[in-house]
Amino acid sequence: MILESGSSPARKRAARAMDGAMMLLIVLLIVQIWLLMASVESWLAGHRGVVLPAAIMSGVLFCGCLGLVILANRTGRSAEPARTGRPAPPTSNA
Amino acid sequence: MSEKPASCPREARLWREEFSVAAGEQGFVERRQFGKFLVLTSAAMFSGQLWLLAKNAFSKRAGGLWPRKAVALERDLAIGEAKVFAYPGPQDNCLLIRLGEERFVAYSQKCTHLSCAVVYSAQRRRLECPCHEGYFSVEDGHVIQGPPPRPLPRIELERSGGQLYARGVTVFGEEESQ
Repeated sequence: MILESGSSPARKRAARAMDGAMMLLIVLLIVQIWLLMASVESWLAGHRGVVLPAAIMSGVLFCGCLGLVILANRTGRSAEPARTGRPAPPTSNA
Repeated sequence: MSEKPASCPREARLWREEFSVAAGEQGFVERRQFGKFLVLTSAAMFSGQLWLLAKNAFSKRAGGLWPRKAVALERDLAIGEAKVFAYPGPQDNCLLIRLGEERFVAYSQKCTHLSCAVVYSAQRRRLECPCHEGYFSVEDGHVIQGPPPRPLPRIELERSGGQLYARGVTVFGEEESQ
């Protein structure tokens, strides 16, 4: 049995908000990957001074990613339908 | 066999998080899992930066502790000749080149592009990487042509009683910071 529960306007809005957050997350992650690559290359080239600011920036980006995911999850959960009337969780009889 | 009742709030939360029966909920579960994966990847990138920071701190602390190692006798090398030696470790091959009667230079043999071994061309007076045709000046190790992004690390030499000693490695960029 399949139940439809994601068609309410609030759920649609939440899904859209989560999609937006995921897109932003991907952008932040690309920046973070580039930052790591560039700082390794600079470090190998002898520019030692870039390592600390790059690490701080990477930490900020990580916090941003974490914050976005928490926000997206909270948005998704806030628009969840009431739990009543749901089937019981699957249990194994083996 | 005793099973926990399904009405336990913690159990219910867990299965709802990971397994959604409602078709509309499936997208939310997938989004949440994808978000977790992205955050984990972000954490891995951050860990990489911290590793680089730690490596930088340790290499700074270890700086100035290069061993002094005899690499060759002056008379063993004719002008225009080169000799391979290992410095500072047994796996770190370097090239010692005699440019003149009183002039010796030494560089790491590892190309700064993809670590191929460079060779000395006495005819063209340059160090050549055969892999991607990267050329380095024999005078100071700077890149003349090709894909290498930075000069070859230079080995500091010391002459004493007809013997040549290696006593340090100067990587490009360090000389400006000193």
